[in-house]
Amino acid sequence: MNNSFLQLVFLQFRSFYREPAILFWAIGFPIIMAGVLGIAFSNKEIKRKVMILGSTDSASFEKVLGADIGMPSRFTFIYGTKRQAELGIKRGEIQLYFLPSSDRITFFLDPTNTEAQNTYLVLEREFRRDNKVTKKIVVQPLTSQGTRYIDFLIPGLIALGILNSCVWGISWTLINYRIKKLLRRMIATPMKKSYFFLAQFSARIFITIAEAVILFLFAAIFFKVQITGSILALIMVFLCGVISFSGLAILVSSKTANTEVANGLINAVTLPMMILSGIFFSYQNFPEWLIPIIKVLPLTMLADAFRSIFVEGAGIKEILLPSLILLLEGIAFYWIARKIYKWS
Amino acid sequence: MDKEVLIEVNKVKKTFKSLVAVNDVSFKVNAGEYLALLGPNGAGKTTLIEMIEGIQKQDSGDILIQGKSWKGNAEKLHRVMGISLQETHFIDRNSVEETLNLFSSFYGLPQSRSQEILEVVGLEAKRKTYVNHLSGGQRQKLALGIALLNNPRVLLLDEPTTGLDPNARREIWNLLEKLKQTSKTAMILTTHYMEEAEYLCDRIIIMNKGSFLAEGTLPQLIKSYGDGEIIHFTVNKPFKESLKSLPSVRNVFWEDKGTKGKLVVTDITDTLPHLLALIAQEKLKLLELESRKVTLEDLFISLTGKALNE
Repeated sequence: MNNSFLQLVFLQFRSFYREPAILFWAIGFPIIMAGVLGIAFSNKEIKRKVMILGSTDSASFEKVLGADIGMPSRFTFIYGTKRQAELGIKRGEIQLYFLPSSDRITFFLDPTNTEAQNTYLVLEREFRRDNKVTKKIVVQPLTSQGTRYIDFLIPGLIALGILNSCVWGISWTLINYRIKKLLRRMIATPMKKSYFFLAQFSARIFITIAEAVILFLFAAIFFKVQITGSILALIMVFLCGVISFSGLAILVSSKTANTEVANGLINAVTLPMMILSGIFFSYQNFPEWLIPIIKVLPLTMLADAFRSIFVEGAGIKEILLPSLILLLEGIAFYWIARKIYKWS
Repeated sequence: MDKEVLIEVNKVKKTFKSLVAVNDVSFKVNAGEYLALLGPNGAGKTTLIEMIEGIQKQDSGDILIQGKSWKGNAEKLHRVMGISLQETHFIDRNSVEETLNLFSSFYGLPQSRSQEILEVVGLEAKRKTYVNHLSGGQRQKLALGIALLNNPRVLLLDEPTTGLDPNARREIWNLLEKLKQTSKTAMILTTHYMEEAEYLCDRIIIMNKGSFLAEGTLPQLIKSYGDGEIIHFTVNKPFKESLKSLPSVRNVFWEDKGTKGKLVVTDITDTLPHLLALIAQEKLKLLELESRKVTLEDLFISLTGKALNE
């Protein structure tokens, strides 16, 4: 019996398991991702940082609530001013803050931020349990510009957009050229290789600017997102970001001539950064040992720099260091890529 | 100056793991000369031509273009060379004209050169067509056009007509013939079409399994096989007597258990009456009879034991 349905099914299986690279990206890579994220999130307790307006002695909530409140969550209470609290919210370092007064406790949080909502609910339950706190609890939504989730999200999304545009745009294009033997054909002419890469990068600047402007205009019109800092600083760090990601993209494209491997490689570069770099939620929730590593990822650096310009009013001085690091990373990626680049 | 040597390949060898792709080959090509590398798939033609193109590097031996090796002269050599790869795809959703403009820019040529080339290869009507909408023949013409952009002194074409229909193939041949009349370009062309090598090239090298089996002009090669003619025949039963003893027969090849044969003869008019007489004498029935001149294919089969396109 030679059933054509079975033959067609086997056809799929064969092309799956006979390509080691596909096996790796389909099975190995998700396992590695699961491992990495599992370690990252395997802290039994969820850290919830909360700021209390006032000084340490105004009310010691840790004493009031006991050390084991809200298990499995672990609360850290910090005391600070309203200014510090707002900055903490903007940076995603804290999820909410509250102001205790003689007759009530006023919570300040963004109602659209689910993490903040959860923190609030757990905390409220703890306050009410055994009537530890009998004061009235009031919630005041944070909707002022810069403290909302959308203000946190948009700069990160713009940074992510640049990453995706560069890596998918450049790597994918170049790998396709290699598959079609166009790279081989081009280097058989006097074409300057540096022009070839410079063109990729230059075109990408215009494309990413267009993409970013459209996204920003949308956010500005519908969500009143504003840029409070220096536009010049924004342009500077933006360019350094494009340089960094273009270099990365060229490096990603330097060897393979297989679309599945290309797909896997590109995902391997973009996915972890997308998750770790605090685009959608703050990376402060990751274990402390991981945070220094996260902070030097190019996407984190760009997203944080954008955020500081958008919501904290940062200028050139504040973004000088991340810009420089992004620039150097880009140059390093490009240099390695040129050393190992496969043209034929 | 007619005998200016443009390409010189000297004891070149290339091995991939255990496979010897090109085994110690040497040849020269003069200005204005067209050379065919004829051989079946896997003969090593592409590896050899890509080493001349500077895309692959030989393990040993020298390759000189205009007396220069690739080392340290890449930029200069790229400028005198035009190539077309075995498979050429261009960038989708770019027009013929845009593709030509891109490649002329690599040579520092003005866009007017693209217009000239459009005429040369007869793609004027397709100038605005996206390259992914071209037919196989048109794509090959474009590849050839790109190879000719810089008025190359050395033209290297890797199977320029493989997979094309006879009409498209003929058009490519005409282009190359015209070029031969108007320039002193040295060309190497790889092919597994015997007619292509015969029609276009001054000299033919027959290649198989990495080595050169024979080399020369078409008459020389035919002569090396022994000038003569071929008789193909099919009979209903095997002969009892040997055909070797018939007049002017040089060789006999059998297929199909002695009923289908090929005679290589010096003079067909000598042999044929005797063959027919023998068939009558043995009371066999003649089913098929065909005679023709010796071709490269016969030479190839005698050298390798298999047909070119097998």
